Amino acid sequence: MRFTINGSKREADPDIRASLLDLLREEFRLTGTKKGCDHGQCGACTVLVNGRRINACLTLAVMHQEDDIVTIEGLGSADNLHPMQAAFVRHDGYQCGYCTPGQICSAVGMLDEVAKGWPSHVSDDLSSPVLDEAEISERMSGNLCRCSAYPTIVDAIREVHDA
Amino acid sequence: MKTFNYERVASPEAAVAAGGRFIAGGTNLLDLMKLGVETPERLVDISRLDLNTIEEKDGGFLVGALVPNSDLAADPRVIANYPVLSRALLAGASGQLRNKATTGGNLLQRTRCYFFYDTHAACNKRVPGSGCDALGGFNRIHAILGASEQCIATHPGDMPVAMRALDAAVVTLRPDGDRRRIPLADFYRLPGDTPHIETVLESGELITHIALPALPPGARQLYRKVRDRASYAFALVSVAGVIAVENGTITHAALAFGGLAHQPWRDPAVEAALIGQPPIEAAFDAAATALLKDARGHGDNDFKIPLARRVLIAALRDLTGEPA
Repeated sequence: MRFTINGSKREADPDIRASLLDLLREEFRLTGTKKGCDHGQCGACTVLVNGRRINACLTLAVMHQEDDIVTIEGLGSADNLHPMQAAFVRHDGYQCGYCTPGQICSAVGMLDEVAKGWPSHVSDDLSSPVLDEAEISERMSGNLCRCSAYPTIVDAIREVHDA
Repeated sequence: MKTFNYERVASPEAAVAAGGRFIAGGTNLLDLMKLGVETPERLVDISRLDLNTIEEKDGGFLVGALVPNSDLAADPRVIANYPVLSRALLAGASGQLRNKATTGGNLLQRTRCYFFYDTHAACNKRVPGSGCDALGGFNRIHAILGASEQCIATHPGDMPVAMRALDAAVVTLRPDGDRRRIPLADFYRLPGDTPHIETVLESGELITHIALPALPPGARQLYRKVRDRASYAFALVSVAGVIAVENGTITHAALAFGGLAHQPWRDPAVEAALIGQPPIEAAFDAAATALLKDARGHGDNDFKIPLARRVLIAALRDLTGEPA
């Protein structure tokens, strides 16, 4: 099977049952993407596929051979942080860090959704949502942080959005 | 996970000819496959089929089965014409799941009954004839309407509840090449003696579109969902409402409910109690009494009976009161 991951063409021959998450971690050793619950409940495995955030644990690798897959490793590097990574560092948007790659990928995808004008459950006006704290919390509800760093996660996301 | 054969198909005709379990978004099916609840021998990948557009048709809209939940919720035409549908979609799941989950797949979500998920428990839906551990077990999320001695599971969806209130229809393609249009009212089955058969879809039949009809002018719409936490949780009780009031009289009422039954629940008696009446508390009370006339709790879910009454009445107040 052929994949496009973080802009590079990669090949692997995973088991047909492999999730996209297992492909990334086990075949390509891209271990930034984390396995939390493996059932789409925690969001630790969030990656961007064709620019959209999804749970990598709930999709089969074999179904993504034509897609553009971006993981936390593809967003930025230690010497060249993505603005969202830099904001998480600046605001201390984590404690143990396990959920952080998923939080950051999710936040990047989420801000793109906001830029497209997509509403959320808490939008008063479905046609013109305004990104306040309640909107960020609602839109990030698919990413759990057991350390409960939510206030600083919201701060980091808001800073990137307002920049 | 039990292994399977995988095939990607290039057309709906090839999909129905392939003879396997369809997979598109996969967010529910793969979850159940990991747990051994679902064990398909053959997966037919329909995710790349050209069924992802929303088109105007006959005054209403035709939604492709593969339109992701996110896109359907955010579509300006859906927001303008069917805000109840946008609201229901946005009340369900998480951003990541809505980006992957499809319109057709959402209709076919399986129940979140704990005992259906637990392969060590008795469940007539998972293993016909094995019994029902929800009866007499922990059954807080279970049905109060339309259940049977074999199954008290609920349908978990939000989107289908809105579609039920909108009188949507499911358009399908059958392996013999025939197309059919199934009103959502006829699409879901009650559990009865065969809770493992959840819809009237035949073997190999593919949902290609969902048809949304035009609504009466001036109808107000609302989706109200009550759940254990503010986001990313299934409904304990939800209501989708479409109501029109003219000259102080209710002229149109469509009310569908989530969390109460094995299917998105709609009862003509509820609407009959409202149509022709002024939008006053006595009419709302009568509608709630009609809804819950045959309601039956199973212990842990007894609270749903008064909760459903209050949620319906609150929704009717919002739908007929002064606009915010």
